[in-house]
Amino acid sequence: MSAPSAVMAQSDIRWNLPARGPVGMSCLIAAEVAIFTIFVVAYIFYIGKSLAGPQPHDVLHPPIFLTSCLLSSSLTIHIAVRFLRGGTMMSFALWWVLTMVLGAVFLAGTIREWRHLIYEDGLTIQTNLFGTTYYSLVGLHAFHVIVGLLALGTVLAFTLRGEVRKEHAERADVLSMYWHFVDVVWVVVFLVVYVIGR
Amino acid sequence: MSIESVAGPIPQTAMRPPLVEQLHSWVITVDHKRLGILYILYALVFLLVGGLEATIMRIQLIRPHNDFVSPQVFNRMFTMHGTTMIFFVVMPVMFGFANYLIPLMIGARDMAFPRLNAFSFWMTAFGGLLLYFSLVGGDGLYGAGSAPDVGWFAYAPLTSKTFSQGHSTDFWTLSLLISGFGSVGTAINIIATILCSRCDGMTLSKMPLLAWLNLTMGGLVILAVSPLTAAQLMLLIDRYLGGHFFDTQAGGSAVLWMHFFWVFGHPEVYVLVIPAFAFASEIIPVFSRKAIFGYPVMVAATICIGFIGMSVWAHHMFTVGMSSNANTFFVLSTMAIAVPTGIKIFNWLATMWGGQIHFETPMLFCIAFLFQFLIAGLTGIMQAAAPFDWQLTASYFVVAHFHYVIVGGILFTLFGAFYYWFPKMSGRMYNEALGRLHFWLFIIGFHLTFDFMHIPGVLGMPRRIYTYEPGRGWDIWNLIVTIGVFFQAAGVLIFIGNLVWSYFRGKLAGSDPWDGWTLEWSTTSPPPTYNFRAIPAVKSRRPLWDLKHPEDPDWHYE
Repeated sequence: MSAPSAVMAQSDIRWNLPARGPVGMSCLIAAEVAIFTIFVVAYIFYIGKSLAGPQPHDVLHPPIFLTSCLLSSSLTIHIAVRFLRGGTMMSFALWWVLTMVLGAVFLAGTIREWRHLIYEDGLTIQTNLFGTTYYSLVGLHAFHVIVGLLALGTVLAFTLRGEVRKEHAERADVLSMYWHFVDVVWVVVFLVVYVIGR
Repeated sequence: MSIESVAGPIPQTAMRPPLVEQLHSWVITVDHKRLGILYILYALVFLLVGGLEATIMRIQLIRPHNDFVSPQVFNRMFTMHGTTMIFFVVMPVMFGFANYLIPLMIGARDMAFPRLNAFSFWMTAFGGLLLYFSLVGGDGLYGAGSAPDVGWFAYAPLTSKTFSQGHSTDFWTLSLLISGFGSVGTAINIIATILCSRCDGMTLSKMPLLAWLNLTMGGLVILAVSPLTAAQLMLLIDRYLGGHFFDTQAGGSAVLWMHFFWVFGHPEVYVLVIPAFAFASEIIPVFSRKAIFGYPVMVAATICIGFIGMSVWAHHMFTVGMSSNANTFFVLSTMAIAVPTGIKIFNWLATMWGGQIHFETPMLFCIAFLFQFLIAGLTGIMQAAAPFDWQLTASYFVVAHFHYVIVGGILFTLFGAFYYWFPKMSGRMYNEALGRLHFWLFIIGFHLTFDFMHIPGVLGMPRRIYTYEPGRGWDIWNLIVTIGVFFQAAGVLIFIGNLVWSYFRGKLAGSDPWDGWTLEWSTTSPPPTYNFRAIPAVKSRRPLWDLKHPEDPDWHYE
């Protein structure tokens, strides 16, 4: 121990710790990022290595409309949470439903795309490396959209029963962090699958 | 755990509830102390199981051409031993101590997410049960079951449907997937607790080192276990949906699995060893009667180890034919990690230097750890040199090296932690004589086994062989190695016996048997469910020192 330097003045420091919700969600998102990173690495590593079957540039078409739906849902959930914070419950519910509709449209589009790929183009997860990596990566993302929709739906159910109030805005905000993450991941998946991979 | 009546505002009922009710309360508990103890007990059970598997392997190898078990059983034993010890012994026991100690040390009443905590424990618990259920269900409904036999890193294409028929590999995959969710949940909880629940005045730079090191561990779990989860999902897709991730016949790559596994596998070593460092960083100062030397440097070195630890994984793969640039990178990054590790060892030594060292059992284990971990690090640097590794990879030299880390480093500090915090958890002192007997038996056994295991490795004995020819110069070394196992087993049995005996018969410990300095010693032993009657406020890293020595408090110096 060195010579006494300065007496710490502790008591006048304002004790302000971060809330547990955003910290926990950030950690969960970090873990999810690691999972997606591995799938993205596998996708990039296997680009052009399929030995047979349909190739990406033959069958994939960039889903511009669906992408714009999903990305704009980030904006709508942000607006919804702002209304909740302000206590305007009706507007909150409307924007929240709009977010869910946009997410559902995205999912429906994915189902259509997969149906076309499977029945028209004959690409399944077993066909070749492209099929394996494509369905895994896009499917992993779609799974996260489904989980997000279930969570949003839970909040909606509570809202319709009148149990969501202004003071729950922080919690809704934590959920919106997850939804933003799902959208950002889609940007990466879109770039890798529909731009670089083609 | 109400063996000692707690003098608190809540009156203790004289009657204990019936046994079923007590057990039920353990199942539904969300209390961090109870979950911590559940984690620890669960890990102890699996320690005995994993130890038994190791003993079976060593009996098989005691002499050439032994036929104690069949080659098939031997393969299952080394797979189950490795998987059990890493995922269901060391990780849960570290989570258990983190769970128990972190809220107490940072002056909180529980973890940040108590229900997530219970969820994580039960995921880990059922993951372990699933792994062992393979003994019944591994071959499906027909015939006798079998455990996984693909090795703990389960290289492709051994895990493909062609080479792993039945369900044994699926049990392995699913159990690690499920326990992985539990691990990530606990890691999130640890990080959120440390960042959001510290008591008044405990800035990050005033946290006990144990909290800092577990914070780093939590970050590593999040970044390292998740890739394993992803890789296990890919393996399931390959095995059940007919995917081709690791199917070389369809253009897939077996080496990709190696990368994905070791991206998890090497940081995992630091996930296990950093909490062990945390124990040493708490025990050594208390038993040297000095504050830890170089606190900020210890924190920096830990975070440094965390970062570098993420970038060394391919040193497990020098023989698969990476480019020389990749080899060079991984040689250098692996050697670089010796620098922060060395800093930590010097800091522990400097803490002991000039201190009044008390040679009680926890300290004995920590001193042994210092020497043994140094040797483990030195053989690690030997193998970090790629040409040397080309010669010795997959030999018993490697097995000796990583057991030196995990047993000589991690398990020794873990035993120290058990003896150090047992009085806090149970309210009773352990038996010091039995503790010392455990220490000496275990250290003799450890050195007989793992010192001499290096030699057959250098002489060319590969790992994972179920028997060997006589006359290669390996016989005597294998005999000595196996003899050491019995000393270690005796030590562990005495350890368990000591815990059980002391829990019922040990003398009462009081709240602060070691004259400690961190907040967990300021509450009763065992602590009440609410931990602290009033949330404490701290002004230095050693709040109890300040309390006991108001004339010379630490915050004058920090």
